[in-house]
Amino acid sequence: MRTLVIAEHDDGQLKNPTLNIITAAAKIGGEIDVLVVGLDVRQVADAASRLNGVDKVLLADAPHFAGNLAENVAAQVFSIANTNAYSHIVFAATSAGKNVAPRLAAKLDSAQISDVIEIVSADTFRRPIYAGNAIATVRSRDAIRVLTIRTTAFGACKTIADAAPIEVLDALEDIGLSSFKGRQVATSDRPDLTGARVVVSGGRGLGSADNFAILDPLAGKLGAALGASRAAVDSGFAPNDWQVGQTGKVVAPELYIAVGISGAIQHLAGMKDSKVIVAINKDADAPIFSIADYGLVGDLFDVVPELSRGL
Amino acid sequence: MKILTAVKRVVDYNVKVRVKADLSGVETANIKMSMNPFDEIAVEAATRLKESGHATEVVAVSCGTAKSEETLRTALAIGADRGVLVQTDAELQPLAVAKLLHAFVAHEQPQLVILGKQAIDDDSNQTGQMLAGLLGWPQATFASHIEIADGMATITREVDDGLETIALKLPAIITADLRLNEPRYVTLPSIMKAKKKPIDITNPEALGVDVAPRLETIQVTEPPVRPAGVRVADVAALIDKLKNEAKVI
Repeated sequence: MRTLVIAEHDDGQLKNPTLNIITAAAKIGGEIDVLVVGLDVRQVADAASRLNGVDKVLLADAPHFAGNLAENVAAQVFSIANTNAYSHIVFAATSAGKNVAPRLAAKLDSAQISDVIEIVSADTFRRPIYAGNAIATVRSRDAIRVLTIRTTAFGACKTIADAAPIEVLDALEDIGLSSFKGRQVATSDRPDLTGARVVVSGGRGLGSADNFAILDPLAGKLGAALGASRAAVDSGFAPNDWQVGQTGKVVAPELYIAVGISGAIQHLAGMKDSKVIVAINKDADAPIFSIADYGLVGDLFDVVPELSRGL
Repeated sequence: MKILTAVKRVVDYNVKVRVKADLSGVETANIKMSMNPFDEIAVEAATRLKESGHATEVVAVSCGTAKSEETLRTALAIGADRGVLVQTDAELQPLAVAKLLHAFVAHEQPQLVILGKQAIDDDSNQTGQMLAGLLGWPQATFASHIEIADGMATITREVDDGLETIALKLPAIITADLRLNEPRYVTLPSIMKAKKKPIDITNPEALGVDVAPRLETIQVTEPPVRPAGVRVADVAALIDKLKNEAKVI
């Protein structure tokens, strides 16, 4: 068996989800190759070569890989999938991985397994369905199994001193059907939402985008990332990349503080694996309290500043 | 330009499903079913492109049991011109649906296919990308804004660190995210009008597609239950618990 792991990267830096999916690949067993596809990503390949468990790093570097366009990236992965006799191809269940993996799976005529939370064996996997209200155990008979991995379900692999060899691939030609125009990324001093140790999330109860500022001192004191419910994002209180839930980001921090969030099942799907959950809501019957370790019924506009001051 | 849109009948998003006693799946008998919410957004997007003069026809397809005809009627009430039901009682997995749509695209030759980014039952998030891969068409997943001009689609996508914009040559595949639009409220007159719109019925055999499930579901279980927590009286008590009991701050 031999697994190909598709590295996540941004701005020439290896991104953390790669470390989690290598842990998942190690659980499958067999050799592990990491593929780095991008523009100016030599540094990413160097970083990937020092991840524990990696046997080889493959590098495809070309201008038309800028922006990780699905058409070009999937074609590059496809070009080596069969020749290198991979048994598994593993992506992170991030916006980048979810975009490319199914396109590749269809070209390989393989039934993809999305959002894997447990490797039962080399052909059997567990994954959440119905917003995490049920867990399916599925078996794949496909020759090449394409997986996306829920990163919060697997720890990060270690970095080691011994570097695995890096093999430079010939980049395929630009397919020319799509082009990358640009990115609007909100810059923030806060930690990344999916990797943060503490997350403070706001919901509709905040009432406005301006009121979201009430969460800043609390997040600052705790070194927390900021999140939001779908209701808050839809109402324009918070940007889309803050959304935690079934169709947003899935987080599992040490501490999750839900402020003014009622707790729709779609939101719970994105945070119920957090180690400790705190809910602050004025409605004592809000469903969020059913999964909170510590619930505080009260007006968030009083409670949150008091909590910030008390920490 | 013709637009194809795909719609799925799923357990309504307000229903909390229960796992069957024999662990073979979740209970779907006698519970409310609706159109997958992301597909509603896709149909709305296609309809708006027709209303703004970019499209001449919107065709809605659904793959599933005879009851999926109700879902197609909803798509017709939102604004699709006609419907096609690919009728089967078989369990359909995303790869099979992508193959059915692939066969159907070859027949209808749309310039644009708009689908929901994910169905809220199996949460796979695969069908649109798979269809794009099978067709060799460009794709824009998780779309929050669509502009069509000069044979190109310029799409804003919701990605993990914000938004990005890509341009695709038509024909192309788009999958809809939550902020693409807010689907219109379907009025009684539009429901009455939808009843008169045509729905063709075909099946996987006629399209020449083998839909046999490729993933075997061994069992479906309840997720682990979180033990019940406690209510704290005030902020001081909360800080005390977090410091001394949970030890997370």
